[in-house]
Amino acid sequence: MIEVRWHGRGGQGAVTSVELLAQAAIGVGKYAQGFPSFGPERRGAPVAAFSRIDEKRIKVRSGIYKPDVVVVLDSSLIGLVNVTDGLKPDGILIVNTTKAPADVKKELNFSGTVATVDATAIARKELGVPIANTTMIGALIKMIKVMELDSLKETVEHRFGRIAQKNLAAMKRAYEEIKISN
Amino acid sequence: MAKRVGMEVALAVAEAVGQCNIDMAAVYPITPQSHIGEHLSDLVADGKIDAEFVTVESEHSAISAIIGASGTGARVYTATSSQGLMLMHEILPIASAMRLPLVMGIANRAVSGPLNILNDHSDIMPQRDSGWISIFVENGQEAIDVSIQAFKIAEHKDVNLPVCVNIDGFQLTHMVEPVEFPDQELVDKFLPPRVPFASLHPSNPVTMGAFAMSDYFTEILKAKDEALKNSKKTILAVWDEWAKMFGRTYKPVETYKADGAEILLLTMGSMGETAEIAIDELRAKGMAVGLVKLRLWRPFPFAEIKEVLKKAKKVLVTDRAVSFGGPGGPVCGEIKAALYNEAERPAIYSYIIGLGGRDVTVGDFTSMIDKVNREEVNTDTYEFLGVRE
Repeated sequence: MIEVRWHGRGGQGAVTSVELLAQAAIGVGKYAQGFPSFGPERRGAPVAAFSRIDEKRIKVRSGIYKPDVVVVLDSSLIGLVNVTDGLKPDGILIVNTTKAPADVKKELNFSGTVATVDATAIARKELGVPIANTTMIGALIKMIKVMELDSLKETVEHRFGRIAQKNLAAMKRAYEEIKISN
Repeated sequence: MAKRVGMEVALAVAEAVGQCNIDMAAVYPITPQSHIGEHLSDLVADGKIDAEFVTVESEHSAISAIIGASGTGARVYTATSSQGLMLMHEILPIASAMRLPLVMGIANRAVSGPLNILNDHSDIMPQRDSGWISIFVENGQEAIDVSIQAFKIAEHKDVNLPVCVNIDGFQLTHMVEPVEFPDQELVDKFLPPRVPFASLHPSNPVTMGAFAMSDYFTEILKAKDEALKNSKKTILAVWDEWAKMFGRTYKPVETYKADGAEILLLTMGSMGETAEIAIDELRAKGMAVGLVKLRLWRPFPFAEIKEVLKKAKKVLVTDRAVSFGGPGGPVCGEIKAALYNEAERPAIYSYIIGLGGRDVTVGDFTSMIDKVNREEVNTDTYEFLGVRE
């Protein structure tokens, strides 16, 4: 089972990301959960959301404390929120930033893999808004390889209608442009 | 064959209710129920289901409105949580006394105070004695299935009682997970239109909700008690039919690896499957442990619970509400009462867990069982799991 924690700010769409990811994974026959950090959320305040994906039925319903992967939608959260909290030492940290992965790795003193992509720039270009949640799904798929990027097509089209293709294009660019530390 | 889809459970519940040919719903929004009511109102507004969605100014009005509609013979639904359910409280026993087959989804949430919006069972427990059939579910699929079954149970000619479906708030309502919807054709076959025992109509006047003083009051309450106890037969028959038509079985008391277990853990609601993982871990270490999951809260399944529990040496009952100044956990009190007359009965340990959304992990379950195994807790009191003092 892969467990993912997403960090964002209220309004950046972390919850939408976990919904889309779970729906797409279930769509290709896997088992998945997507859930917000339960409770009130405020626009702009740090929020978290969670994903679980597995080949077999998922029974556990308690929180995720030792994620395999952490996705950071907004790099301004680094330093404000302990984004590597509980992240497995050999886990993967994916950050939306202009910085190189090696720099983030050093800054956070994290032993696992770090991947970065300027998802805000991609989203601004492809979608016309600096909302990087769907873009970062492309980055995540590249790193965890649980399904093909194309597997998200139906889910994204269903959710976004006429702006679906723009979201898919942004996801594809993040998938291709992500940089990975060694 | 129905297709598995990923959907938020609250929306799935609304979709399932939308499959039930309801005539009317009245829902007042409250977290974490809101998505059920919102999505149901969408289904009506989009013309996907032919029903009236009545927007009301409070939960008291919501339950009152569906009582009125149900009295006319309509199939009706409402949903609420926590304070909303507390506001409905005075109407609930009236609904059961009037023998109206209402169906209500409860996105279980802690009752204030302090104000808290997260999951526990403190909202349903104060409604325990209101004469409703009360069923708990532990995942999204069960939330769909039981929401549909509830209408059939409620409206059965031998029942005519309101049913509430307890769906843990957030842990269930806000979870996107795989679910499958039964084919509409099969639902229609399973759930034919309601045939009311009596209905309100100007051309055929009847009295519903009549006045009764001491000369009749006791008899009416005894009748309600008999009706509720008797409803178990119908509940079992409906679950049997569901299993035949849809392949998923439902029992008043579910078990997991309980055969030959010396220690049994008992849960109710969404923590059941997390607890299964704890049982797997301890079984792998050679401990004779098992799990009992109480699905039917009212009518309380005395016979089934006795049958399952009496052979164990120890039973660890978890409660997600507190009966303050009383027996601790309301479920534990019931379990003790059920076993009192048994010659052979287990020692019973009581834990209060998961209040106001406090997470309970696999490790919490294994450590509770471990403490009971070592007899580090007493049978004559109850513990608040992980409380800071």
